[in-house]
Amino acid sequence: MTVGAWEAFVLIVRRELVLSFRRPEQLLQPLVFFLIVTTLFPLGLSLQLSLLRDISPGVLWTAALLSSLLSLDALFKSDADDGTLEQLSLSGQSLTLIVVAKTCAHWLVSGAALVVVSPIVATALGIPVAAFATMMLSLALGTLTLSWLGAIGAGLTIGLRRGNVLLSLIVLPLATPLLIFGAAATERAISGSSAVGAMYFLASVCVFTCTLAPLAATAALRITLE
Amino acid sequence: MNSAADGLCVEKVHVWRGERHVLKGLSLKVGPRELLHISGPNGTGKTTLLRVASGLLRPEQGTVTWMGRPISSSSSQYQAAMAYSSHEPALKSDLTALENLRFAVGLKRRVTLQELRTVLDCTGAGPIADLPTRVLSAGQRRRVALARVLAMRATLWLLDEPYSNLDASGIELLSGLLQAHVEGGGVALVVAHHALALDCNVRRLELNS
Repeated sequence: MTVGAWEAFVLIVRRELVLSFRRPEQLLQPLVFFLIVTTLFPLGLSLQLSLLRDISPGVLWTAALLSSLLSLDALFKSDADDGTLEQLSLSGQSLTLIVVAKTCAHWLVSGAALVVVSPIVATALGIPVAAFATMMLSLALGTLTLSWLGAIGAGLTIGLRRGNVLLSLIVLPLATPLLIFGAAATERAISGSSAVGAMYFLASVCVFTCTLAPLAATAALRITLE
Repeated sequence: MNSAADGLCVEKVHVWRGERHVLKGLSLKVGPRELLHISGPNGTGKTTLLRVASGLLRPEQGTVTWMGRPISSSSSQYQAAMAYSSHEPALKSDLTALENLRFAVGLKRRVTLQELRTVLDCTGAGPIADLPTRVLSAGQRRRVALARVLAMRATLWLLDEPYSNLDASGIELLSGLLQAHVEGGGVALVVAHHALALDCNVRRLELNS
């Protein structure tokens, strides 16, 4: 009669997805922010297309990081506020499993959605179609890493009233390597040279955070739950 | 008297909340077919005691054991045998009553939607099963939370002010459920401010500051 770990994982992911789609405005807000910020740049620099091409990887990545931050705050907070986080933590499932499931679901509705709309933004910024694959893969790795870093920060800042400001302060410094190497990978792909080095770095950071961040986020959550 | 091996046993528990020493060496034992009614003025640690018993809060000193084993070392088995209900109903306002139960109970044991509907009917929340809980009244939400406890089929119930917001029929219903639970071999710790009119083995614990 007991529920296995995989079953529980699927159930929590479904719960998160259902909850996100019941609040479409929360789902769309980071995406709209991403689209607006990145499309404002070409409007402001319309006469200098070469300049736009040069700065587009940085613009794309900065906007992606900032828009991902917008939704991180809600990762555990809404569940903590209405008491459902307590119920989850007493469900007999391991807290790490709950954190992993919630973070994966968060990435699906924020990071993965951002990757899907990124070609629109890239077109507006004049990034050639040939560079799309590298750009999207680098964004996928970067946003997944950011979701994990965010899970640690969100776990630590649940109980705080102005937690989102502190969350940004915790997460953004940790996310700077993502910005540097993500933008570098995209830039290389645009210029037609090999982006393999930067991509390897992004992938290794991603694997590193996917392995250790669940433990750190669980510990953070356990402290704030008490 | 029950032996320490069955039931919940809290031994010499000390808890500080910031500067305040809330629980000072509290010990208690509740065995099968027993209900412990915890009462006392506000701020004397009733909720803290339940949170310690649930494992949400680790006491600075002392131990909590269930069936003779410390709850911290066998937390998943303990959690499977326990249903905790805090003084807030802990429902997602965007989900329907049925969905709330499905996601909360579904993590503890395999349940069918039909079964959950039956349980919601039992607590008088059947007609509102498909409404988002945001539109429900406080009393209706309490009934949904009660259905969640019932659907978990736990041996140990930890209920924090389960009577709040309930109407006369709800109070009668909850008393009936508690009585059936205890008579069926269950254990219950209930925080309530008024006397419980129950026809079963009720002990009372009065907490003072």
